[in-house]
Amino acid sequence: MEFEIRRFRESLESLDRIGADAVFGQALARMTPLQAVESLVVPALEQIGAAWQAGTVALSQVYMSGLYCEQLVERVLPPSDPDRKRQPRAAIAVLDDHHLLGKQIVYAVLRASGFELFDYGSIGREALVERVIADRLEVLLISVLMLPSALGVAEVRARLKSRGCAVRIAVGGAPFLFDPELWREVGADAMGRNAADAVRLLEGWMGDAGDMRELR
Amino acid sequence: MNPMQRTLTALGHREPDQAPLFLLTTLHGAGGLGMSIQDYFSSAANVVEGQLRLLEKYRSDCLYPFFYAGLETEAWGCETVFRADGPANAGAPFLTAAGIDTLKAPEVKAAPGLQRALQAIAGLKARVGDTVPIIGVVMSPFSLPVMQMGFGRYLELLHEDAGRCERLMRINEAFAVEWANAQLAAGATAICYFDPVASGTVVPRDCYLRTGQPVARRTLARIQGPTATHLASGRGMDILLDLADTGTAAVGVSSLEDIGRLKRLAAGRVALIGNLNGVEMRRWTPAQAEREVKRILARAGRGGGLVVSDNHGEIPLQVPVEVLLAIREAVDRWGRYPLDWVDGWDSGEGD
Repeated sequence: MEFEIRRFRESLESLDRIGADAVFGQALARMTPLQAVESLVVPALEQIGAAWQAGTVALSQVYMSGLYCEQLVERVLPPSDPDRKRQPRAAIAVLDDHHLLGKQIVYAVLRASGFELFDYGSIGREALVERVIADRLEVLLISVLMLPSALGVAEVRARLKSRGCAVRIAVGGAPFLFDPELWREVGADAMGRNAADAVRLLEGWMGDAGDMRELR
Repeated sequence: MNPMQRTLTALGHREPDQAPLFLLTTLHGAGGLGMSIQDYFSSAANVVEGQLRLLEKYRSDCLYPFFYAGLETEAWGCETVFRADGPANAGAPFLTAAGIDTLKAPEVKAAPGLQRALQAIAGLKARVGDTVPIIGVVMSPFSLPVMQMGFGRYLELLHEDAGRCERLMRINEAFAVEWANAQLAAGATAICYFDPVASGTVVPRDCYLRTGQPVARRTLARIQGPTATHLASGRGMDILLDLADTGTAAVGVSSLEDIGRLKRLAAGRVALIGNLNGVEMRRWTPAQAEREVKRILARAGRGGGLVVSDNHGEIPLQVPVEVLLAIREAVDRWGRYPLDWVDGWDSGEGD
């Protein structure tokens, strides 16, 4: 499978939609849609995420790869498909911020990896707390670009705690990359450095193995 | 040397009396005048007064009358969203791919926000003359679409609709050139060309060479003054010499990259501005601030070609006064040329 993953990844990184489609189609010919997603799409996106972190792949390639894969997976594994993964009730949000790209990437990669989750878009602190409680979330992913928004996670955590809500919070975005201590300071349960981290995190929490940790 | 002489000497790849420090504080000016960020930026006089007070307090080697990035998109009809604890954001994107077909650039003279910024530059110029560089700012035509269209839609345009993308670049170039030249005419010494999308963090080098670099070449050639390109925390190692080829005099570089390697790569072709970590800076002690300044000076200070600064082009409001003063004091103490102490210095990082 390593060869197929490499071909798939190379097609994605060079924005070759037709090539990626062909490799995915070949995988589908010999396995179920969920197996194709788990053995081809998820590893390729993980590798692309790690390459971005290492500085060898650019954000535009990560974004376009996530977009293509989301569309591929949507085609063979619609949201109602019983083969979609067992998963915690989760949502993703951009807190107090109008920079949506990071959230869009993580959302696309999670969906391309077989997850379903609420997309709250850009939302303020108070409204976010109300949505989390109303939707009975188990996991909340928060994306930010600006430092003040990152610091706002502490207020969200405190408000949720005061309402008796023990949702797990994972954070991601530039301020957390530039200051690796910040996620602990704002009371998050974990941070992700890229979209693939979000996949690993949700998988870990699905198995209830998620201790306080930083994904690397 | 005064700040202008110091800066020009360093940008000319020679050693001035001491390394110039660009402490790029914008929002701190509002606090100094005891007013909200929105009120502060509603008047050019506030920004003039705020910048002059910051200059007196921190003795930065430049004035930086940058308002906020959304000031430009205001001119295109976009809303600005102010917040109490950080820079204003551009509101919802206003441009679709189809909208590019009929898009027209706004006129600088018809944009009240831009006029306010020009008044601030002129007001500062009247006070400092040619003793302190006044840095104007323009969003690169290649990066402005992030605010015009939203990041995702812009990346899709960039990769999938070359025709419309080219049309948008030409429209944005006309606007950027008019806006930059208006700032120079008002008294700005140089223009900071913010181009985060150019960075290797956002697009691969081959994409930059096909798209962002030709845009920068055309735009910078028509700006009637010196320019510095800033990648706003993005990585620039792979394109540093490509950036130099656009005609820019300096590059604002990321704390994610080794400024010593960047300096060797630049090899006198382009000066470096950076690369203090503006996010971590919020919780530095004065001793950490001193260590970070020394690290930059030791790795990249010799021979000039260095302006000590943060890595983003704007210091967050949450960075305390004590840290900013510690940075200033560290540059005063360790930044005096010929930097003899560097040979015996051990950073403690194994280098």
